[in-house]
Amino acid sequence: MKQQPLIFELTKTERQGFSLPTCDVPTKSIEQLVPEAYIRINPPELPEVSEPDAVRHFTQLSQRNYGLDSGFYPLGSCTMKYNPKVNEVIARMDGFQNIHPYQAEDTVQGCLELMYGLDTMLSEISGMARFSLQPAAGAHGELAGLMIIKAYHEQRGENRTKIIVPDSAHGTNPASAAMVGFDVIEVKSNSRGGMDLTSLRESMNEDIAGLMLTNPNTLGLFDENITEIAKIVHDAGGLLYYDGANANAIMGITRPGDMGFDVVHLNLHKTFGTPHGGGGPGSGPVGVREDLVRFLPKPVVEYEEGRYYLDYDRPLSVGRVKAFYGNFSVLVKAYSYIRSKGPDGLRQVSENAVLNANYLLNSLKDMFVLPYDRTCMHECVFSGIKQLVKGVSVLDIAKRLLDYGYHPPTMYFPLIVQEALMMEPTETESKETLDEFIKTLGIIMQEIETNPELVKSAPHNTVVARLDEVAAARHPKVRWRRSL
Amino acid sequence: MSQQEMLNQIGLGTVEELFGDIPQEVRLSRDLNLPVALSEFELLNHTQNLSRKNLNLNDHTCFLGAGAYDHFIPSAVDALLSRQEFYTAYTPYQPEISQGMLQAIFEFQTMICELTGMDIANASMYDGASALAEAMLLACQSQKRQEVLVARTVHPESREVLKTYAKFRGLTVREVGYLDGQLNIQELKETVTSDTAAIIVQNPNFFGTMESLGEIGEIAHNNKALFIVSADPISLGILKSPGELGADIVVGEGQSLGNPLNFGGPYLGFFAVKEKLLRKIPGRIVGETKDKNGNRSFTLTIQTREQHIRREKATSNICSNQALNALAATIYLTLLGKQGLKEVALLSLQKSHYAFEQLTSHDNFSPVFSSPFFKEFVIQSVVSPQELNRKLLDHKIIGGYPLEQTYPELTNGWLVAVTEKRTKEEIDSFVLKAGGQ
Repeated sequence: MKQQPLIFELTKTERQGFSLPTCDVPTKSIEQLVPEAYIRINPPELPEVSEPDAVRHFTQLSQRNYGLDSGFYPLGSCTMKYNPKVNEVIARMDGFQNIHPYQAEDTVQGCLELMYGLDTMLSEISGMARFSLQPAAGAHGELAGLMIIKAYHEQRGENRTKIIVPDSAHGTNPASAAMVGFDVIEVKSNSRGGMDLTSLRESMNEDIAGLMLTNPNTLGLFDENITEIAKIVHDAGGLLYYDGANANAIMGITRPGDMGFDVVHLNLHKTFGTPHGGGGPGSGPVGVREDLVRFLPKPVVEYEEGRYYLDYDRPLSVGRVKAFYGNFSVLVKAYSYIRSKGPDGLRQVSENAVLNANYLLNSLKDMFVLPYDRTCMHECVFSGIKQLVKGVSVLDIAKRLLDYGYHPPTMYFPLIVQEALMMEPTETESKETLDEFIKTLGIIMQEIETNPELVKSAPHNTVVARLDEVAAARHPKVRWRRSL
Repeated sequence: MSQQEMLNQIGLGTVEELFGDIPQEVRLSRDLNLPVALSEFELLNHTQNLSRKNLNLNDHTCFLGAGAYDHFIPSAVDALLSRQEFYTAYTPYQPEISQGMLQAIFEFQTMICELTGMDIANASMYDGASALAEAMLLACQSQKRQEVLVARTVHPESREVLKTYAKFRGLTVREVGYLDGQLNIQELKETVTSDTAAIIVQNPNFFGTMESLGEIGEIAHNNKALFIVSADPISLGILKSPGELGADIVVGEGQSLGNPLNFGGPYLGFFAVKEKLLRKIPGRIVGETKDKNGNRSFTLTIQTREQHIRREKATSNICSNQALNALAATIYLTLLGKQGLKEVALLSLQKSHYAFEQLTSHDNFSPVFSSPFFKEFVIQSVVSPQELNRKLLDHKIIGGYPLEQTYPELTNGWLVAVTEKRTKEEIDSFVLKAGGQ
């Protein structure tokens, strides 16, 4: 495939892909309306192309991108499940898409009813009392959740300054804690991949505001000691935070609230089937147990006497974390997803997600090293150290998978597994797709034996070959400039 | 059945055995209490009914803005966004199969730099308000100071988000009042201290009024504070860029650039800085490099700032941003081009001034400020704006934003927005109905 020029390089002076009506009101000169000092003299260097040129350009770009509909996407911790098309149609309905956020409440009862309904359903699924739908992504939900934890302690007159995070946690956990002004204490995992109870007990004291936990964790393993963990944290006055990025294994089976978690965020763009958009928009609602509802970001949708309204009068709220009410069209898609599944359907989602992950685990455990040989939940984590001995890294294997038309698994995460390869097949993949993927990995294993260079120099069939990422970071070129 | 086949291969008899690690005491021993599943057809009917409980802007004429604007969106934008290769993809972690999104973001970063007059832009933030909060955090960290000054003319919700982010980091946000709809420069001079990390303004501000950016920037720099501007990207088609007027960080709400109103989101925040702040900025950045065959290619770069590497020492926790919304903005700005953006800005400017003159020539309305404005303005009505809006709704018109809820001193203040979409006929009818005839 040829390289695609930058849109700026396709510019021809005074071409335009857009037509506007002529001005139908009496006009004044711009100098009469705008003080001279503010008038722009140097126009922004925007492209000048026709509509067909623009459409071809972005179509060409799309063909250089791999989407979920392109093929299997077993990216661990990302829950790349199929995104039902009907949800795209629903989100584009006039009555959802063309609504201004400041319209009078009487004119947006449908939007508010949908949000209230989604809040209720997420609360039931996770065993929490209420959700705020405001956070725009998982990390944003973590931020709001940690604010709630801080506000809770402050309201009780306690100054707790530290958050415990296991060494297997997502990078966003410590980063979010730091954003809220907490110090981070890292606790090691035990030999079964769970939380080390002795270390946890030793770390707990009156400075600890809470523990952030992912369960099932990033190894794809369910921590059997969860009730004991919750007790240790609660007995020491801390709160338990659930990183719900990995919730695809538990729907209808167990609930964070029943496990003892106090604050939860869910990624609608993972578990609830809304598309990732190539890096967003996501949505990361944050839910809490009953006595923490008063700390939720405001406004919250309430219902009274047949009418939905936005409640701003919440004096203990942590405040607002975003303008308006959340990524509404993502909420529409998640609402539609849950309504299309129902209680049985959601449980089946989790059962099949776990079955698929265990099928992969079982089929590949002789090929790779399995650091924790247990039944997994929604994802499984292997180590590629056997292959590394032969001079081939998991990065090489991932790149070779590109040649066979796959999006590779997550690599080098979680950090506690050397040469980690983390696979999350999700429930929407068939046995045939998994078998084909397993077969392909088998072929790559043979290539490692017979022609390792082929793997180490992969990919060979993509529009670009391996990139010089070191040069990119050392001499950053992060925008185009017209060459003089 | 393949399920049983798969179980057999794993060596298990039932699906139930897969969940053996979950202790019985935390199992859900009942069905989830949720409505039963709907078929696709039933789901469409159900959601269509729900959506019809809202009044939408296809059936109504909109004079409401206040941070979210009814600009025209060319059809090609959604057609291109609907390509699955874009909207169903994950963050472009595998550059070899993500060149499309990476190149589009590189183009987006360039366009934002061009609009704002800055050197570096990131791949987007959640929205304009959270981008402003991240700018505040950057300024406090970079200047090693604990306080920021924000104009009361900045969007009320942006100021709320600033305060939320500041409160939990032990930072102080002090507000500076306004005079004739613009930041009160005298008050600013009296408020700024040697602990001020940044002065934060919005331009055009929440009232639609233009701020004296150059003068405010000088005050910031004389006090070794950073100058942060939240800009309306459409206005930058005709207004001098904040970069030319001394801004160190320019952020803004990018909804106007090809994104539907969607009851408040998803929108996108943009975030641009001068070169010296490159390694301090939050979020994803795409950079140009070469592949091993020497071909131009694009990749996420300078990732040592980010949470997945730096963990608690990262510049921010942001991970997913608003990539698809940034793509919409890129396509929109491509279609408009250099001339089109200027035309949209000029039409909005002319039409809002026409509406302002028509309204204020009516006995029921009077101007509140005399400062220059762009596409939005404040007038005072003799009756309450809520009542006016209710009346206008009967004529399928969505009226302006009642200001008293956030600015109690502006009795019966009404914030009216007029974009390029409003025709003379619509404006005349709006004025006539609002005037009570």
